[in-house]
Amino acid sequence: MSAIQQRKRKRVVPIEEACIGCRLCEVACVTEHSRSKDPVRAFKEENPRPRPRNVLEERGHESFSLSCRHCTEPHCVDACIAGAMVRDSETGRVIHHPEKCVGCWSCVMNCPFGAIHMDRERSVIYKCDLCPERERPACVDACPNRALILIEVEE
Amino acid sequence: MLFKPIHQSYGDFSIERDPQRCIGCQVCLRQCSYGVHQYNDRLCELTQDESRCVGCHRCEALCPTGALTIRRTPSDFRENALWEPTYIKNIYKQAATGGVLLTGMGNPAPYPIYWDRMLLDASQVTNPSIDPLREPMELKTFLGCRPDALEVEYDGGVPRLKTRFTPQLELDYPLLFSAMSYGSINLNVHKGLARAAEACGILYNTGEGGLHPSLYTYGKNTIVQVASGRFGVHADYLRAGAAVEIKIGQGAKPGIGGHLPGEKIGREISLTRMIPEGSDAISPAPHHDIYSIEDLRQLIYALKEATDYEKPVFVKIAAVHNSAAIASGMVRAGADVICLDGFRGGTGAAPTMIRNNVGIPVELALASVDDRLRQEGIRNQASIVVAGGIRCSADVVKAIALGADAVYIGTAALIAVGCTLCQRCYTGKCPWGIATNDPYLAKRVHPDIAAEKLTNLVKAWGHEIQEMLGGMGINALESLRGNRDKLRAVGLHPAEMEVLGIKPAGG
Repeated sequence: MSAIQQRKRKRVVPIEEACIGCRLCEVACVTEHSRSKDPVRAFKEENPRPRPRNVLEERGHESFSLSCRHCTEPHCVDACIAGAMVRDSETGRVIHHPEKCVGCWSCVMNCPFGAIHMDRERSVIYKCDLCPERERPACVDACPNRALILIEVEE
Repeated sequence: MLFKPIHQSYGDFSIERDPQRCIGCQVCLRQCSYGVHQYNDRLCELTQDESRCVGCHRCEALCPTGALTIRRTPSDFRENALWEPTYIKNIYKQAATGGVLLTGMGNPAPYPIYWDRMLLDASQVTNPSIDPLREPMELKTFLGCRPDALEVEYDGGVPRLKTRFTPQLELDYPLLFSAMSYGSINLNVHKGLARAAEACGILYNTGEGGLHPSLYTYGKNTIVQVASGRFGVHADYLRAGAAVEIKIGQGAKPGIGGHLPGEKIGREISLTRMIPEGSDAISPAPHHDIYSIEDLRQLIYALKEATDYEKPVFVKIAAVHNSAAIASGMVRAGADVICLDGFRGGTGAAPTMIRNNVGIPVELALASVDDRLRQEGIRNQASIVVAGGIRCSADVVKAIALGADAVYIGTAALIAVGCTLCQRCYTGKCPWGIATNDPYLAKRVHPDIAAEKLTNLVKAWGHEIQEMLGGMGINALESLRGNRDKLRAVGLHPAEMEVLGIKPAGG
């Protein structure tokens, strides 16, 4: 195993028992992926408004925040016809390049988790990028009940 | 308001929503369990029905943009020193419903707070103060019956203690978490209390709701309670804890029993309490087998027998007018620890009139009980634990100087896990996830976070207690117990100072 492969890779794990369904993770995601990084401006001024890349799945009192799993063998990367979806072998992140995306939705259909979302207006997909500019993803930092935790896995 | 009876039209709180900050994320709507916030799809705006607001501040706390401020609604009524709005609104409510006014938590009325009328001493010039960061400072506390005298025997010239001690509890801090039943608060809070008690080397109390099977593992940090309803009491339960507590009364509602409505009795609670699912859990006002001190003695010894005389037995009473004489009887009946719960003590549900008007301040009860037991020469036979309105470490130090061995903290513990004292515990809708068994709400208390916060609170108070002791030139809490010379009164009547057994400041 090479040194690169032994690196620890970040994963956001939703904890269903702790999720209170507040959707602050979504607010945090929108804010982090806005131009202003300010929640008020992101929601009220920015057009188009950034969309949350994580979605609260909810049934009754059970809920969890779903976002891209950054799979080791991602189906979305295999399915991408344009080379827009790639897996960074160093960080383990599955990264989407919107400038290459042709909006064929192949990745959306192939994602077993439903973690890839369609932006129909711009004909591109959007998904979790694990907040490359932050030490911890915004959703993890915003969760008031430790229902999203950041773990590092060795691969 | 349209379609609303008059008494619901006068809300207690108003919600200020800053439209420039509100981003319409609806976090407030999801967090409010009282249905205050509503979303208008067409206008993409949030609106509110303020008459439902209980002032818990959950929405305000979680609003990501700080757009919400909850304020007390200024009274619309003409000023009247006698007919304060609370009384007027209560009468409207009762005239509409014919029911008893219910409330939660402790007595909030403006009675004197004696903790705030007592000041602590400190060393200056003639006796050195001690820095707890440099020198040892002992907070270790033992609870239980102490022998009248110690007998020592010599075995080949080596002294050995001959006296056999009855069971003692060893605490690393002079604090215990008060009795709060599984049912009145949910399992997540209980888990937090149990884990924090274990981490701090103290104890928590099950209350009268039994002990959930998952918590038996924390037995050595658990006081199991036996109350008038006998909910969840069985042989394994009694043996599971480090001590057994007989609850005679509760500071928030002296003279009456508890009532957990059937809606709160879900499957797990039903199994733990050993009552049918959905049935009301009503604790009788008295123990039906205790009508005298002699009867109390029978129950104390029945419990000691059931636990092989291995566990101290606590007896808890509400602080009432003749606590001192009752406490004397309790000690003579065989209680190893007596607990006095003052009128500020909290509850999950109590009639408002009882909570606000029955019982006495624990400071006075403590002083009189400690005095009485000393006068009768039986103070060593039982430890005294006080409860009801301990707000900070200084209150703890003052309680110990007045004669307590340790204190129970209940309300303070709940505040540590988020409680804002909205006093609506009895609705079962606690938006902070504490006094509720609704699985959607109960998740809001994460057991790990709760345990960490409670542990932090106990440790922080521990540091402060050490600092205060050091300032007085004392290096062990044991040296402060009943040392009322370390207290001085400010602004108290001589009669109150006499009961407290303390001198006026400057005197």
